[in-house]
Amino acid sequence: MNSAAPPSGPLLRLSNINTFYGQAQVHFDLSIDVQRGHIVCLLGGNASGKSTTMKIILGLVRPRSGELTFDGASTLGLTTPQIVRRGIASVPEARRLFADMSVRENILMGAFVRNDSAEVANDLERMLALFPKLGQRLSQRAGSLSGGEQQMVAMARALMSQPRMIVMDEPTMGLSPLYVDRVLDLIRTINKEGVSIFMVEQNASLALEIAHEAYVLQTGRIVLSGSARALKDDPRVRDAYLGGAVVA
Amino acid sequence: MGAEIEKSTNAAVVRHASLLSLRGLTRRFGGLTAVDDIDLDLAEGELVSIIGPNGAGKTTLFNLVTGLDRPDGGEVRLDGVPITGFSPEKLAGRGVARTFQLGRVFGNLSVMENVLIGAHTRLRAVKPATPLIGPLLELGLALLRPAAVRAEEEQLREEVRGILARFGERLLPRIDQPAYSLSYANRRRVEIARALALKPRLLLLDEPTAGMNPTETTEMQGLVAELKAGGLTILLIEHKLDMVMRLSDRVIVMDEGKKIAEGAGEDVRNDARVIEAYLGHGLSQPAAAARETAA
Amino acid sequence: MSSWLDYTINGLILGNVYALVAVGLALIFGVSRLINFAQGSIYLVGAYVGWVAVVALRTPLFVTIVLVAAIAALVGLIIERFGLRPLQNSVRIAPLLATIGISFVLDQIVMLTFSPNPRALPSQLPDIRFQIGTGTIGPLDILIACIGITSALLLFVFLRYSKLGWAVRATAQDRDAAMQMGVDVNRVNQAVFGIAAALGGLSGMLVGMYYNQIDTAMSLHATLKGVVAEVVGGAGNVPGAVVGSLLLGLVESYGVAVFGTSYRNLFAFLLLIVVLVFRPNGLFASAKQAPPEPLTGTFIAPSRPVHIPRWALLVAFAAFALLPFLPVSSYVLQTLINAWLFAMLALSLTLVAGTIGLVSLGHAALLAIGAYTSALLSLDFSVPVSMSIICGGLMSAALGTLLISPSFRLRGHYVSIATLAIGEIISLVILNWETVTHGPIGVSGIPPLSLFGFELVGVASIYWFSFAVMVLLALLQVRLLGSHIGRSFRAIRDDDVAARAYGLSLNRYKALAFIFGGFAAGVSGGIAAHLYSYINHETFNTQQSILALTIVILGGLGNVAGAIAGSVALVGLPEVFRIAAEYRILIYGIVLLLLVRFRPQGLLGTI
Repeated sequence: MNSAAPPSGPLLRLSNINTFYGQAQVHFDLSIDVQRGHIVCLLGGNASGKSTTMKIILGLVRPRSGELTFDGASTLGLTTPQIVRRGIASVPEARRLFADMSVRENILMGAFVRNDSAEVANDLERMLALFPKLGQRLSQRAGSLSGGEQQMVAMARALMSQPRMIVMDEPTMGLSPLYVDRVLDLIRTINKEGVSIFMVEQNASLALEIAHEAYVLQTGRIVLSGSARALKDDPRVRDAYLGGAVVA
Repeated sequence: MGAEIEKSTNAAVVRHASLLSLRGLTRRFGGLTAVDDIDLDLAEGELVSIIGPNGAGKTTLFNLVTGLDRPDGGEVRLDGVPITGFSPEKLAGRGVARTFQLGRVFGNLSVMENVLIGAHTRLRAVKPATPLIGPLLELGLALLRPAAVRAEEEQLREEVRGILARFGERLLPRIDQPAYSLSYANRRRVEIARALALKPRLLLLDEPTAGMNPTETTEMQGLVAELKAGGLTILLIEHKLDMVMRLSDRVIVMDEGKKIAEGAGEDVRNDARVIEAYLGHGLSQPAAAARETAA
Repeated sequence: MSSWLDYTINGLILGNVYALVAVGLALIFGVSRLINFAQGSIYLVGAYVGWVAVVALRTPLFVTIVLVAAIAALVGLIIERFGLRPLQNSVRIAPLLATIGISFVLDQIVMLTFSPNPRALPSQLPDIRFQIGTGTIGPLDILIACIGITSALLLFVFLRYSKLGWAVRATAQDRDAAMQMGVDVNRVNQAVFGIAAALGGLSGMLVGMYYNQIDTAMSLHATLKGVVAEVVGGAGNVPGAVVGSLLLGLVESYGVAVFGTSYRNLFAFLLLIVVLVFRPNGLFASAKQAPPEPLTGTFIAPSRPVHIPRWALLVAFAAFALLPFLPVSSYVLQTLINAWLFAMLALSLTLVAGTIGLVSLGHAALLAIGAYTSALLSLDFSVPVSMSIICGGLMSAALGTLLISPSFRLRGHYVSIATLAIGEIISLVILNWETVTHGPIGVSGIPPLSLFGFELVGVASIYWFSFAVMVLLALLQVRLLGSHIGRSFRAIRDDDVAARAYGLSLNRYKALAFIFGGFAAGVSGGIAAHLYSYINHETFNTQQSILALTIVILGGLGNVAGAIAGSVALVGLPEVFRIAAEYRILIYGIVLLLLVRFRPQGLLGTI
């Protein structure tokens, strides 16, 4: 094992990404960095291009131009399963659990790319410690759980692949306030264990509470970026959402 | 709820002159209420915009009004006449035209043919309303093409050219090209031209500028303003809020299926509830308190 | 004299066999939203491999079973890898046509290797029967039940406890989410096709043993029966497919008990139509859900049609019109007469499948209706031939549209399945309705072609007659396409949601398309009847439907000139190269596959 210099540079980097759906341009020179161990949020209103960013990272959509690197290596052109094997896990929008499979099966599906079944079993135990509510529901059909419980399952599922980075698409959408708090706490806890988080969120107030850095997207362009602390009180965030021109 | 919402116009006046009125319109999908007890009045010549965050129920509402979906409760009236649950075909016949999110043109048809389809409900000479044998008469007339039929077709084609002229040089030079070969912005323009060919009493536009760059957006905004100036009644869903502010007589804000605000653009924009709906609700009380002590 | 218990046992055993086919279809549909028309061909392959093993190699039963399953699985894997995977990003009609083409090619390969004559497939089991109540049961019944139950258990264990099995279930529920878990969807497709093929192949072998007969006609019916069972149980629902199959087996068995063996298939297909129309989700789902649409929406390739200059058309017209004056053999003229008759069918199909987008696979049935109507009117009622042919066209238009109309509410692949079943039903009705159609004996002594009382004697006059009729129909169709109706058809095909939003009534225009197309096809059938002077229920068969489809794809969907050119090419060229009849169908299947893969818009482009 050669001892290379300690890893430097951002864990995930998008550089000048331009994406099109047919002829409609969705991203204009998008550039985003996710530093190792950080929580980074991408904010923006509807039709801003947030969800497409997720799809680009996961390889579900290919950008027309630009660069995308994970841990220094380009991921453009890789299939989604290949990207997942590199260490990125996902918590999709609206959870997208396998509704007819049990909670236990869903969580274990997260470990699909792993071969070490003994370790996987240990990790399942860890998940149950982290998400105690799920212990009672292991054999229940995942589709029958409430939105908040499903989000727990989705996050456990993502953690099971022992990822270095988790991408989350609107993790608090449709959740009751109680579960919103829980989800945010969990994100913090996971992050403290070293997992980097890239989060797409519509709910700016919440996202800025836990993020290290944030980017604001408006009709496909980054109009604001910086430390979350600074942006939290910046009135320009509101303008970006409610359609005023953002004076950078 | 009614007491909290400020209307910028006299409610009684609005009701009398209503071209479109919705009362208690509701739609549920399993446990989720996508459209929750919505009331709305649209007077002739008005342009009303519906805005709201993702998942607010705007497109579902459109689908209920245009017959693509049936409501679980409430009613829709056009010109005072109940049209709840009418099929899209029937509504087209009543003068309701709509465009679709991201545009739905007929790819293999030319621009001319796309817009001619818009005028389908206005065909008279070639589509007699006779019951039972009507379709067979239509077939016969289409094959024989007597003078009246040819004249009607020619007149419609002239009309289409007139409509396309409103778009300057964008569509006329491409009038015989298949729609799939057009740019995205041009396809959305074709969609609007098609809607105009129906000579609608009510036009519903679903995100007409989605995916367009600022120049195209401004052009589209100008077109919609022109249509309004011409007296067309328009219901608009849009996300580009400055455009909404400039065009609308009134703005309605939806969130989680409910109407949370209604009024003039500027008032709505500064409404605390609207801001909260878009930017997100803050942390719940106990958590906020916990954060305070931890900080 | 069999007891009711016997019929029940028979029904359940049969249901077991169908289950093997239906489960395979359900697995494939669940994962890729595709109805695999080639499933019946794999069933056929299984039957013949079984024959080779039992009769030629004389392997013990267990080895036979393993051999059949393994080879069938291999065929399934090859089909997925080379026939379907390349089409992943192609237009949506492509996989549908590809499985049809593959089915054709496989059937023909088997037929060429083994000859179409039926063969016996002994079961190698002792010929004893055990008494159970009022019924009896034999070792083969037990074997079938065992294989059925074992397969079900193995499948259950696979899906529940193996990693690949979980991947299959996850992909069937949410393909994108499965990919995001690292599932390789290609491997999943492979696995599913392999399993489905193994089961299908076993099914063919078992049915062959059960009836001690295998022949190449088994294939189509196996696919249809499997689809019936799968649809009844709920598309993509594996346990549902099992229940649907048992139900189908019982329905068939009791139907035969009451009405006789010739009605066996009729009940199966009627059940399919009833379920598709009233409960497209299957019997076990609540009626309100929207059915999972098997690859619907715009599915033809956008293209610009090749523009043929008017002078070229006139030259071609003149050339063909003047041909009989040249010193050509009557053989050439007869071939072209055949080509013109096919062209009329192709015109009809290109209108229905191409212009309005209803990929009808039972179009030959319209020929049959026209043929029988014309034959019987001129024979039994002394109607002049030219009148009776027109009546044949009208009857085909009216009756054909009426019978096809249940499929109007369906979309995508389900339209093709429904039209295929309806075509089969019409064929079966013709076979069984002896009082009117003379049943299997057929109608003979049909008066020859005549016009205004003058009999058309000689190849040349018949040539001109059929050419003229075809040109007339083609011109009418061009006129129709240029009218608002043509434009409405194409709008419905491209986007029926937007079409409805602008006032186009889908049922009205679909009916008009079938009325016009039905007339053209009916006239073609009528002329053929008087030309052949003898017809029966097998004269107009599924192979002709598939040939018509190939012609239409070759020429370009919706393209009138293409339909005619395609007919001349696919009917004429094999004659020119003196290709034996057996190889022709194989060639048609291969042509279809190549077109689908490399040029789905056909030679002259879709309109």
